[in-house]
Amino acid sequence: MTARTFKEVCAHSLMRTVAGFVISLAFLMAFGLYLRARPILVTKPLEELLFHTVWNPSQGQFGLANFIISTIWVTAIALIIAVPLSVFTAIYLSEYAPAKIRNIARPVVDLLAGISPVVYGVWGILAIVPIVRDYLMPFFSEHLPFFPFASDNYTGFCTLTAGIVLAVMTFPIIISVTEEVVSRVPFELREASLALGATKWQTIKLTVLKKARPGIIAAIILGVSRAFGETMAVLMVAGCAIQGFPRSIFDPAYPLPALIANTYGEMMSVPLYDAAVLLAAFILLLVTMLCNIAGWGILLRTERRGM
Amino acid sequence: MNTPARPHIMTEHLTVHYGRQRVLQDISLAIPDRQITAIIGPSGCGKTTLLKSFNRLIELQENVRVSGKVLVDGENIFDPQIDVTRLRKKMGLLLQRPQVLPMSIFDNVAYGRRIHGCKNRRLLGEIVEKYLTMAGLWDEVRDRLHGPASQLSIGQQQRLCLARALAVEPEIILCDEPTSALDPASTQHIEQIFMELKKDYTIVIVTHILRQARRLADHVLFLYLGELVEHGPAHRIFDTPQQARTRDYILGIIS
Repeated sequence: MTARTFKEVCAHSLMRTVAGFVISLAFLMAFGLYLRARPILVTKPLEELLFHTVWNPSQGQFGLANFIISTIWVTAIALIIAVPLSVFTAIYLSEYAPAKIRNIARPVVDLLAGISPVVYGVWGILAIVPIVRDYLMPFFSEHLPFFPFASDNYTGFCTLTAGIVLAVMTFPIIISVTEEVVSRVPFELREASLALGATKWQTIKLTVLKKARPGIIAAIILGVSRAFGETMAVLMVAGCAIQGFPRSIFDPAYPLPALIANTYGEMMSVPLYDAAVLLAAFILLLVTMLCNIAGWGILLRTERRGM
Repeated sequence: MNTPARPHIMTEHLTVHYGRQRVLQDISLAIPDRQITAIIGPSGCGKTTLLKSFNRLIELQENVRVSGKVLVDGENIFDPQIDVTRLRKKMGLLLQRPQVLPMSIFDNVAYGRRIHGCKNRRLLGEIVEKYLTMAGLWDEVRDRLHGPASQLSIGQQQRLCLARALAVEPEIILCDEPTSALDPASTQHIEQIFMELKKDYTIVIVTHILRQARRLADHVLFLYLGELVEHGPAHRIFDTPQQARTRDYILGIIS
């Protein structure tokens, strides 16, 4: 073996080892979390952990239901706000906007994705909390005092606030993926539709969006995964308190990521406490992983089909 | 054959720029009614641009500038009063590669009628059958009308696109190298359909295949580097071209 081929072999195996290590980290992490969460899984039935609402670690009660519901609430609100806004923005950018605006808007959207979550959290406290506290909450409690608006939480730190902040945080991913899949729809397909006398909006609605639909769904799933796992910003604006089952968008929320960040490392002497929190982490990891796999899977599949 | 038919499409001093590049220069021509007109010329000479200026699809390109006139049935189509969707409805378009819409075979054919407001299911069913039959596709797809159109072969897809174009009842069919992606059998099939259709439709076909132009065309336009070099009845262009460049192209000296 010459020195050159030796170096060749070394370089190859070094990089393979490093890459293998980095990639296997994801699996190691999932496996590690599972191992640490196992003590509670063997002592308590899974349905009790997932569907019971009482969280009282010192009494040995570890119902995660309220946290899970909180997470779903917050994610749902974020999506209800983010999906229409970002999909319309993406369609505007790829279909209507002149190249100049598109070239400015694209990097701005990417910039939004790079802002640290803590900044969104601060923005939420300074901008969204007062709006919710002073305008939205009084308005709804006066005019629409029923589910899911009735609440006695007047602080502004609530599910809705967290949802709004999360919505803004999910804009970039939904906009950029949607914009990409929409602009990847072949130009000739638009021509074919327009040549039949369709208007631009008919062409977009009936043909372009239909062709891009799997990609848009993937974009939304990636948005879900972002909203579901986001911790810092939510922690800062959601109120993070449990007053029983969260019934209103103006009640405080306490989503899973916030629970983990807030409690892990404290009160570790309580038996099973650490396993319960790590179970929460494991659930979070599993859901976001599945969302990401589904989202990217759809994107890759549509790409391969030559969309 | 020699009696000049009423022109269906006319251009007067049509000039098209993309940005600073001039793609078509001062084109004045007449396309006769209910005949097949072939636009021939080497690639990049502006054939497609000319074709797409007839239904104003060139406006989709960025930085396009058009001057001169295109008259369809005597109306200037660049007149701001013109409803572009109505203009396009008059003209079916077949592209190089068949572009089936992401929906079923039935919905592809019904698409045009639906966007123009037809909701009657029975009527749509009749339309779909009629035009698939005209495009010679009905027998092959009658059992899977509601299956995805993308699963048809390329040749079938192109006939589906033809049926879809015919279903909006155009008067003109514009084709941009409609057989260049097809195998010989499908090409022959499409050509046969064109020969049938020219009884009722004005057909304009862009082609770089001279034999195809010879087989099909009644009237030929020869474009070279954005200029209309020569146009006239097919036999005259092919047998006794007046211009040296036309002759050279037909003999295969320039391409």
